[in-house]
Amino acid sequence: APDAGFGLGRPATPEEIAAWDIDIRPDGQGLPVGSGDVATGEEIYSQQCSACHGTFGEGVGRWPVLAGGEGSLGSRDPVKTVGSYWPFLSTVFDYVHRAMPFGNAQSLTDDEVYAVTAYILNLNFLVEDDFVLSNETFAEVEMPNAGGFFMDDRPEAELPQFSGDACMTDCKASVEITMRAAVLDVTPDEGSADDEEL
Amino acid sequence: MSDTPKPRSSSRRTFLRGAAVAGGAAAFGGAARAGPDPAITELQPWMQTLGDGVDARPYGLPSRYEADVVRKDVPWLTADPVSSVNFTPLHELDGIITPNGLCFERHHSGVAEIDPAQHRLMINGLVDTPLVFTMDDILRFPRENRVYFLECAANTGMEWRGSQLNGCQFTHGMIHNLQYTGVPLRLLLEEAGVKTNGTWILPEGADAAAMTRSVPMEKALDDCLVAFKMNGEALRPEQGYPLRLVVPGWEGNMWVKWLRRIEVGDKPWQHREETSKYTDLLPDGEARRFTWAMDAKSVITNPSPQAPLTHGPGRTVLTGIAWSGRGTIPRVDVTLDGGMNWQQARMSGPSFDKSMHRFYFDFDWDGRPLLLQSRAHDSTGYVQPTKDALRAIRGEKSIYHNNGIQTWAVNEKGVAENVEIS
Repeated sequence: APDAGFGLGRPATPEEIAAWDIDIRPDGQGLPVGSGDVATGEEIYSQQCSACHGTFGEGVGRWPVLAGGEGSLGSRDPVKTVGSYWPFLSTVFDYVHRAMPFGNAQSLTDDEVYAVTAYILNLNFLVEDDFVLSNETFAEVEMPNAGGFFMDDRPEAELPQFSGDACMTDCKASVEITMRAAVLDVTPDEGSADDEEL
Repeated sequence: MSDTPKPRSSSRRTFLRGAAVAGGAAAFGGAARAGPDPAITELQPWMQTLGDGVDARPYGLPSRYEADVVRKDVPWLTADPVSSVNFTPLHELDGIITPNGLCFERHHSGVAEIDPAQHRLMINGLVDTPLVFTMDDILRFPRENRVYFLECAANTGMEWRGSQLNGCQFTHGMIHNLQYTGVPLRLLLEEAGVKTNGTWILPEGADAAAMTRSVPMEKALDDCLVAFKMNGEALRPEQGYPLRLVVPGWEGNMWVKWLRRIEVGDKPWQHREETSKYTDLLPDGEARRFTWAMDAKSVITNPSPQAPLTHGPGRTVLTGIAWSGRGTIPRVDVTLDGGMNWQQARMSGPSFDKSMHRFYFDFDWDGRPLLLQSRAHDSTGYVQPTKDALRAIRGEKSIYHNNGIQTWAVNEKGVAENVEIS
């Protein structure tokens, strides 16, 4: 135990840390030794992922879209997918490993996660059909939107503009209603007679 | 049960009927009624018969006449109810403390039901000694009590493109405000001994989503708590029982529930919830990341679409809530005419840093239509912007961090509607 502190807790063992510490970073820290190819990934994906995410990663119903949407981020209706939006490949491996399939998390082996990740990259046309993803080839993959993010700039871009005196009287000449929620009528329990009671 | 009460206000149609009746009755407001009031002259059952004994309700619930004061969800918002959200009934609450059973829920893999005897908190990574704590260990550290709001980053996110959901429960109800009892995270980190290059932490949940977020060490050592009580009692399972992270003023996603591990590192991890999600897309297609703080915001909770004015013209209590992730709320302004003229509301109740604040505006309603707005000022001098002012910078597709001023249009019958105005 450390010298300082209250003497509470006990040292974690290497086995315990290995069991829980599965996180991966963009620089590859945390990646297990292993590999998987696109074809193997397609097999796993079709059995365990496609029911929600669609055969081509297009998403079923409101389930997340995994592929497509290239070049859509600047449009009115952006399609944010692994290929169009995600900045780091490490996030795909980490998230699939820790939380997918939904309802059966942490059931995939390291090699299976490599394979599924390779297939998701292939669905996004980021790797060829014969690509093998491994802890060795991991750094070769370039994510198209890696440069698409910047640090919160509200302190410079917003806070000065939104600070200071506020108008109290005669702030504008007139006011018109420009949009009403009741027109859309999508609020549960407040809408038309055929709405389900919550 | 034959005596199950009808919810007081379950549909807009009920509101309209109630408002119409009240509008007619309002003509007699304050005047003598035609005959004696049977509520007084007739013997009511509770005046005559015996009520429940003290052994009937070991854990009490609200009056059955409050049956409509519940969390609600919006099924079309998400693919399924397990990775989803519901909403706090703000229009039915007062003061600043949210009752535990009404706190909105946001899960990514449902509610983990954890046996506290089997729960562990691990601290590992760039520390002198990686440690494991049991709940008994946690309860032996010095504790603090703090009141903080937790607001989902997506609160009001459905309103970026205009008025959509009709009620402050739905437009602003991804928030709650609680007194937490917990251990300063700093003490737990010091127990393990953070190495000099330990500049970030990664809290992780024990549920099947194994939620992770990167938090800068400066925040971790400043005011974060590892909490085990909410409003005096153990955390509810849906709020992270037995242990959750409290990250004052910052977006709710970072308040990792069912907290099982904290890793110390020298860089952010860039995990799914800080890349794919909780990044804010701007008009040009670039996105802000690490938008942690929740800016100053307010909403009028009464009147509002779910809480119409039913008493007719005359004395009227307008009330609402305001909060800021950057400090306290010394002042809220209210307008009745859509922002042409403003008046200062009256703040009432405790004012805590990064906590919800309650305001009131008591006025004589002349019966004419109203365009109600509230505008929060926080202790840094920031003034809550309009939605249009936010859109001028951010566009309409950033999903998160919508703290724009809300407008309710109240018609001459007292019915309120979510609108946008010029």
